[in-house]
Amino acid sequence: MPSIKDIMQTMEYGPAPESNAEVKAWLSTRSAGIGHFIDGKFTSADGDLIDVVNPATEDVISRVAKGSAADVDAAVAAARAAFPKWSALPGHERAKYLYAIARHIQKRERFFSVLETMDNGKTIRETRDIDIPLVARHFYHHAGWAELVADEFPQHKPVGVCGQIIPWNFPLLMLAWKVAPALAAGNTVVLKPADLTPMTAHAFAELLVEIGLPAGVVNIVQGDGETGAAIAGHPGVDKVAFTGSTDVGRIIRRQIAGSGKKLSLELGGKSPFIVLEDADLDAAVEGVVDAIWFNQGEVCCAGSRLLVQEGVAPRFFEKLKARMATLRVGDPLDKTMDMGAVVSMKQLSRIKALLKAGEQEGATLNLAPVALPEKGAFCTPGFFTNSHPANSVSQVEIFGPVATTLTFRTLDEAVALANDTRYGLAASVWSENVNRAIELAARVKAGVVWINATNMFDAAAPFGGYRESGYGREGGRTGMLEYLTTGWDKQGKVRATSAAPIDVAPATGKADHAAIDVTAKLYIGGKQARPDGGQSYTVFGKGGAAIGEAGLANRKDVRNAVEAANKANAWGGVTAHNRAQVLYFLAENLEQRRDEFVAALAATGAVAKPEDEFEAAIRRCFWYAAQADKFDGSVTATKSQHVTMTVNEPYGTIGVVAPDEAPLLALLSLILPAVTMGNRVVAVASQAHPLIAARLYQVFETSDIPAGVVNLLTGERDVLAKTLAEHDDVAALWYCGSEDGSRMVEVASAGNLKPVWSDLGRLRDWRDTRFGQGQEYLRRASQVKTIWLPYGE
Amino acid sequence: MKPQEKSLESTMTDHFPRPEGTPLTLDWFETHAVNLSAAQRRAATLPTRRSVKKDWQAAWLLRAITCIDLTTLAGDDTEGRVQRLCAKAKAPVRADILEALGIERLTVGAVCVYPTMVGHAVKALEGSGIPVASVATGFPAGLTPLPLRLGEIRYAVEQGAKEIDIVITREHVLRGNWSALYDEMRQMREACGDAHMKAILATGDLKTLSNVYKASMVAMQAGSDFIKTSTGKEDVNATLPVSLTMVRALRDYKDRTGQMVGFKPAGGLKTAKDAMNWLILMKEELGTRFMMPDLFRIGASSMLGDIERQLEHHITGRYSAANRHALA
Repeated sequence: MPSIKDIMQTMEYGPAPESNAEVKAWLSTRSAGIGHFIDGKFTSADGDLIDVVNPATEDVISRVAKGSAADVDAAVAAARAAFPKWSALPGHERAKYLYAIARHIQKRERFFSVLETMDNGKTIRETRDIDIPLVARHFYHHAGWAELVADEFPQHKPVGVCGQIIPWNFPLLMLAWKVAPALAAGNTVVLKPADLTPMTAHAFAELLVEIGLPAGVVNIVQGDGETGAAIAGHPGVDKVAFTGSTDVGRIIRRQIAGSGKKLSLELGGKSPFIVLEDADLDAAVEGVVDAIWFNQGEVCCAGSRLLVQEGVAPRFFEKLKARMATLRVGDPLDKTMDMGAVVSMKQLSRIKALLKAGEQEGATLNLAPVALPEKGAFCTPGFFTNSHPANSVSQVEIFGPVATTLTFRTLDEAVALANDTRYGLAASVWSENVNRAIELAARVKAGVVWINATNMFDAAAPFGGYRESGYGREGGRTGMLEYLTTGWDKQGKVRATSAAPIDVAPATGKADHAAIDVTAKLYIGGKQARPDGGQSYTVFGKGGAAIGEAGLANRKDVRNAVEAANKANAWGGVTAHNRAQVLYFLAENLEQRRDEFVAALAATGAVAKPEDEFEAAIRRCFWYAAQADKFDGSVTATKSQHVTMTVNEPYGTIGVVAPDEAPLLALLSLILPAVTMGNRVVAVASQAHPLIAARLYQVFETSDIPAGVVNLLTGERDVLAKTLAEHDDVAALWYCGSEDGSRMVEVASAGNLKPVWSDLGRLRDWRDTRFGQGQEYLRRASQVKTIWLPYGE
Repeated sequence: MKPQEKSLESTMTDHFPRPEGTPLTLDWFETHAVNLSAAQRRAATLPTRRSVKKDWQAAWLLRAITCIDLTTLAGDDTEGRVQRLCAKAKAPVRADILEALGIERLTVGAVCVYPTMVGHAVKALEGSGIPVASVATGFPAGLTPLPLRLGEIRYAVEQGAKEIDIVITREHVLRGNWSALYDEMRQMREACGDAHMKAILATGDLKTLSNVYKASMVAMQAGSDFIKTSTGKEDVNATLPVSLTMVRALRDYKDRTGQMVGFKPAGGLKTAKDAMNWLILMKEELGTRFMMPDLFRIGASSMLGDIERQLEHHITGRYSAANRHALA
């Protein structure tokens, strides 16, 4: 050991270990292994146990049971049994439990910090200063929602039993993000921690016993992916919430397609970290430390693609290299470490393989000059230079402490590079010019944008992704809605299967002949278009008589319509007032053709009161026109000297598939909210009554709706719906059709993980304003972007 | 002394050329903006990212003592008061504590007084090797006429001060009059002669971190040997975000010119914990070399007493009391 005199010269830090004696003692009394927590009781650890390894030491610290289908059954049954009483409790009673959890997390904060560090490998500084305080904060915040839920969400009720599957990178924090809103809303829970990091969830279950949470309200089933699949697929589960990889997200999406389960996914990312030439470069360098070297880079929202403006790039990279020289990597229980171990040796080799591939592609790997401990899953932090968008390391989520870099010349180029990814979880923007910073924040496709900051979280600030980073939000009011339901969209009677087969051959026995023949086309990019396949199908009206022909759209027509819709992206940028005007004008023009539409509705033979349906359609236009400049985001109270904004942004192109009932009103009810929020729409009109669409596009044409904003297709519903569901450039899909079709589109949507709103083939009373319109539609037509803007000079 | 220790000693106190400054170069700082919230975050996490314990902590605290400018700047200063301070400067830690820590001799970095007290201090410190620093230039406001301010520097140097802590004209910063600021400080540097010039920016008056960065850069371009945060008389004295901004300016200046300029936080540093935090700042942002007294000073008076108590606790395991240590 060096003498004090020596240290006065070297000025080294020396060791500063956090004691883990109490946690070791706790582990030793559970040496038989960790079982499940079902119906308020701990099961013994039976069967094949999975080793739980401290990745920093490679010691086996425990063994954990692998939940079987029977275990999952028992847990779901317990949650189901606990649900009626728990959900019926006054909000205040649930708030008291959540408050107790928050308090007890605080009372046990050191225990949880040390245990988390030993299980996961992350530093004690992070578990102590970030993870565990955020856990407590999350339960406090949601104790508040439990208290307020009846007042704040009077139309909603809890979903039921929630199956929740969480990852290993923030084990207890992700548990809190899942459990707190679920309980606050009145749901019960079956949660599966990651098999790599099961320990804090087990300790949390012990804490639940300590505070006396009623049995069955929270059940924890340990296990691996198979256990997770059993939970997600269990018929007794009403809602699935998953945080993890995009690949597993896809599997779950397909697995539960057509089940009617509510689903939220928080998946991967390859988030841009954009440094403009007017940024405080030292601040941005420190931002990189918090972005990619935080939690060993095992962060779904890590700023892993550094985009630096060319003029400052050399200086920035020099500063970054200099900064790496003071990074400390080692024993995560040492209080003087910046980085601990990655979660497992397997994960380490995965990271290393990706880094090697990057070097083989010609990128230069700049590594921190650190000496790693000889044992343990430690990874040297660094960043790539000479990396390009075409390199795999620039596209694939490394999930380790290494960022790629790109340079850009202009703001436009920064936006293009930032958005050149399948993901859309987060972004970080560094600039001292508020004009440029907010422009970037507006244009980048990401659910969370941090300006001059990164990796900031708060229970009140919604978190979640765009695109293949998933859907649904966690935190705040928006997060609560993931655990509440109005339920009406899936409670109608089952819709009769479409009676009208597609017939493209000449039909005989036409009822009445128009003076001049009418040609119903498709409407694509603001133009009436003949169907690509050159076919039309016969439309039958009242009494089964043929009343005309409608264009039969095919895959290529869908492709063309989506392309036209995506080109019309200026619509999302016009003012809300502007969109409102267009919708009012649409109503005005529709009204002028009242008699014609009423007659056409009558001719379908499917509308009992054509006058009423038409009147409702006019009102619907007015209602959404009114909403256009009122369905707003908000400013959320997070940290002092921060404006944290939530903005409702359009998805882009939404596909809507209309049912056969209410051929005018249903079609408009689906198109209007999407357009109101700034989306473009590719709409598939009622298969059986498509002639209304042909009249409607004439009204669209005269109503100042820009070309491509609304595109109308007619044809075989499920063929078109499938093409839309599979299309990677369609951002969301609403489907009203059959139960089988619902399953089909949900499976097909897994490709780009577009959110799907399907009705399981249930009839909807479109004239009833509770069901045919409302905030639910507007919410589903928009995605929340949370922008963090710190201020002060 | 073992050879290895000797080489270590020499690297840590290697002499470097005195910084000479540069012509006034506006584009090194004029458009430089410092982001407040980012600086606050960094400052807040510096002390939580690092922890120094046991012998290391004792060594760091001893190192901090060698960096202290033991200061008295009060209206009622007298020769007797200055003599007492100088005695403490020569023996800042009780001999038995030093012995237990394995240290033979330890002094503070300098003694800092008003110009009229310099003579008393020089006399009291004779033979100790401890330099006397004098505030000058109309301290603390710095608004006396320039010839008087320059004359004050020359007086203090004549009295034997080896370091002159000058105050800058805040008006020049607040109005962005960089050439006026530069010219004035150039003249002050000239008046200092061989004495080292420590430029007090009075950051509490400059308000914004961007101003702090700019003033730091001008002070260094004008040839300051040290840049210093505060007089101790402003409403807000040394803070970690301000210090972070100054050491980053210092780093940028070193990268551009190769010149090494020192840093002195002053005012508001009272505890051993403060000493540790600022040492961590220096180590993390500038490196270990910048933790030595020729490049780092702490302007403080009460901090020493707290460090003494911590050192005694390190040896005995018992919490110490102030009356067990000599007054400054």
